[in-house]
Amino acid sequence: MVRFEPSFFLERNREIDEVTLRAIAREVRKDILKMTSEAQSGHPGGAMSAADIIVTLYYYKMRHNPENPKWEKRDRFVLSKGHVCPALYSVLARTGYFPLEKLHEFRKLDGDLQGHPDMKKTPGIEISTGSLGHGIGAAVGMALGLKLDKSDSRVYCMIGDGEAQEGSVWEASMAASHYNLDNLVVILDNNNLQIDGPVDEVMSIYPAVEKWKAFGWHVIEINGHDFKEIKAALDEADTVKFKPTMIVAKTVKGKGVSFMENRAEWHGKALPPDLLKEALKELGEIV
Amino acid sequence: MKKVSLRDTYGDTLVELGKEDERIVVLDADLSGSTKTAKFAKVFPERFFDFGIAEIDMMNAAAGLATTGKIPFVSTFAIFGTGRAWEAVRQTICYPNLNVKIVCTHGGITVGEDGATHQALEDVANMRNIPNMRVIVPADDIETREVIRKIAYTDGPFYVRLSREKFPRIFDESYRFEIGKGHVLREGEDVTVIANSVMTSFALLAAENLEKEGISVEVIHMPSVKPIDTELIAKSASKTKAVVTAEEHSIIGGLGSAVAEVLVENFPVPMERLGTPDVFGRSGKGWELLHYFGLDEKGIAEKVKKVIARKR
Ligand SMILES: Cc1ncc(C[n+]2csc(CCOP(=O)(O)OP(=O)(O)O)c2C)c(N)n1
Ligand SMILES: [Mg+2]
Repeated sequence: MVRFEPSFFLERNREIDEVTLRAIAREVRKDILKMTSEAQSGHPGGAMSAADIIVTLYYYKMRHNPENPKWEKRDRFVLSKGHVCPALYSVLARTGYFPLEKLHEFRKLDGDLQGHPDMKKTPGIEISTGSLGHGIGAAVGMALGLKLDKSDSRVYCMIGDGEAQEGSVWEASMAASHYNLDNLVVILDNNNLQIDGPVDEVMSIYPAVEKWKAFGWHVIEINGHDFKEIKAALDEADTVKFKPTMIVAKTVKGKGVSFMENRAEWHGKALPPDLLKEALKELGEIV
Repeated sequence: MKKVSLRDTYGDTLVELGKEDERIVVLDADLSGSTKTAKFAKVFPERFFDFGIAEIDMMNAAAGLATTGKIPFVSTFAIFGTGRAWEAVRQTICYPNLNVKIVCTHGGITVGEDGATHQALEDVANMRNIPNMRVIVPADDIETREVIRKIAYTDGPFYVRLSREKFPRIFDESYRFEIGKGHVLREGEDVTVIANSVMTSFALLAAENLEKEGISVEVIHMPSVKPIDTELIAKSASKTKAVVTAEEHSIIGGLGSAVAEVLVENFPVPMERLGTPDVFGRSGKGWELLHYFGLDEKGIAEKVKKVIARKR
């Protein structure tokens, strides 16, 4: 599997093509399924929908330093939908923040990879999340702090579409635009599923694009599984001035495994061993 | 005793701190005129952030600012900061143990005319139950300044509860605040009264009056509700063998509860708690309400007699 030297990540917009990104994302998806299956708990569905975007952030866009997670010049990523941390843990391990073996500790008593991200226990986690609706507000605070310091570091944050039902998401959205946070980019993982069913049936957040536009954001709509579109949207966000950017990414919950795709039941349920085998086969693993 | 404003002192101390340390930033939720953070905003507009009427986001953003090395002071009314925003305080500030200072004004019944919706009688309880959080309830302006300066340069989250109403000045400039330490303001033999906020001044008054009746009262001022001064409480209780607590807060979960926890585990003696008795407040003038709820020297004296009668 492709490995990069830590120095590879120190500059933004790295030369990495879509084929490579897709190959990495496939490994990340396997990690997600193995970790949750081994723990027999966790949230595979939303992790699979988020994987391509998180991979593109860490491998293509963000300036970061796996050898020095607190590097002052780093860009920051806040996983506001903290339940899908297996995707982030996998990417952190694969970019060199900690050894891959550590992924076996996920959700276990004698381990550092908590069920939801814990900034005190896991290197590379910028803020602890898990209770939905809070991470985006913390990202606003980070963006403000970096601006005060005249730092050119940028803050990226991913929220869920069910999460967007939380009022605090809109409080943060108001503040981000009020303070002209053009160093903040939020990605909405728009898989249209939450625990109780489709978002538009449980409690519609639509029209989402118009809402964030009305809140003063620059809004970009993409297919969240098309690496060209993800890269282009992240590049476009770099050029936006005086406004935060919202990337509304259409995604598929459970993406990559046919029998998991678009099925709410895989939101918070791990694969049993036989289905794990099946799923890994689909993802090209020789089992 | 001269009456002094704790919240004005808070605003002034923020300006002092802002001058000496660039890391100090201040957040408010549309109440800067009342919390007095407006004083800081006037001098340091670029380091003041109004989040509008959005307390949850304000707490989360303060946590984010702390991760960039800032020292955020966050202010609003006590009930909104510790009630509406409780979960953000728990999840995003206390769980990662971030360096955020929550200083709320309008604690207690002395909020006055605004009535029950605005009177925080649960705020100390709300904050005391969160790991990593420390809870301080000052009594006057001199102590407030000491507390604010101390917590600014002590890493980690704090909740400081201030009042709307002016309170009697108790201390002089020699006063020094220490986290986790109480102060014996008057020594006595028959009973220990432990108080904070405005109730400390009433405790001193009560002690004076009771002395004329031949009851010797030890008065302990306990600004640090968490961590609390276990040693001092146990020591005093082992001498007087009876304890009364007095606070401008519900008797559930605040200073009275904290002292009771210490006593049952260290030196169980008869104890009485003075505070609001598991009820909501109501409109009235601040000082009127204190007397209405028996939160005064008379109320303390009654509890003292009751606890002494229970002594074995
Ligand atoms: C405040 C809060 N309420 C409820 C939950 C329980 N919960 C975990 S995930 C989830 C659904 C999230 O849906 P969405 O944001 O769409 O996430 P995704 O589809 O990307 O997994 C819920 C309700 C929570 N973690 N936090
Ligand atoms: Mg969803």
